[in-house]
Amino acid sequence: MKCAELLATLNEYVDGTVDPAICEVFEKHMAGCNPCQVVVDNIRKTITLYRDGRPYQLPVECRQRLHSALRERWKETHLTGGPAPA
Amino acid sequence: MTNETTIAVTSDVELVGRAKKGNLDAFEALANRYEQRVYSLALRMLRQEQDAEDVTQQTFLSAMENLKGFRGEASFSTWVLRIASHAALKVIRKRKGLDTVSLEEATEEEDSYGSIPHPEYIADWRQSPEELVRKNEIQRLLEDALAKLDEKHRLVFLLRDVEGLSVKEAAEALGLSEGNTKVRLLRARLQLREELTRTLGDPERRVVRTHRDH
Repeated sequence: MKCAELLATLNEYVDGTVDPAICEVFEKHMAGCNPCQVVVDNIRKTITLYRDGRPYQLPVECRQRLHSALRERWKETHLTGGPAPA
Repeated sequence: MTNETTIAVTSDVELVGRAKKGNLDAFEALANRYEQRVYSLALRMLRQEQDAEDVTQQTFLSAMENLKGFRGEASFSTWVLRIASHAALKVIRKRKGLDTVSLEEATEEEDSYGSIPHPEYIADWRQSPEELVRKNEIQRLLEDALAKLDEKHRLVFLLRDVEGLSVKEAAEALGLSEGNTKVRLLRARLQLREELTRTLGDPERRVVRTHRDH
């Protein structure tokens, strides 16, 4: 396996979905290639940082508007049996 | 246990069941649970607060209207994120003046592994992700790096790695083939790695390739 071939199977390797035979070749390459080892480690950390990062906060006023809209639509569809006529 | 506490520990499946039977509190509890994620996804996809708010509202109104048809094949969160992606894609298409053209069409050919850029700045990071997430300033770095990605790469990364959808689910949500989704995900991951490593990498532990391809 060459470095470029390793890159092409990188997704499957870090997601744990790589075919076991390819996984073995992948790890054999990494054992002898420090740059690829570091790249794989960097990628794992990158994914972890984004996965564990904070979502944007929904501003309070937006949240209030959202819930009023939901309540209003609920009333229209649940009390009259369908959307209010235009 | 108060009603609010009961709702807080109730599963999504149970809340969906109650909402389907006409319980608005149950539906609002579901909205409370996922509104931040939906807003965040929309804001990161669209990079514009008003559009993100509109998409958030459309998403939950659409979820409310279509709740009866939700059979629970995917989790409620995946279903809602898929609705949000569709709504955000509509905004993107409108911005580009595209009505029905798929985002895939114009870019299909370049989505191959052949032209994947090689990593350039390779170095161990100075700190672990666990240490980094405790710092406030890291969030800005993450958002800036994300904003630099091409939209088509960013959308895939957001759904797969930030929101945790499977490749198949992300592909369906974006109307892409799984193959294209995988290539775009790889490009996004590699570019973000490059950006973050230039800031977080330890220059003293920088690794230089002796030759390009061995």
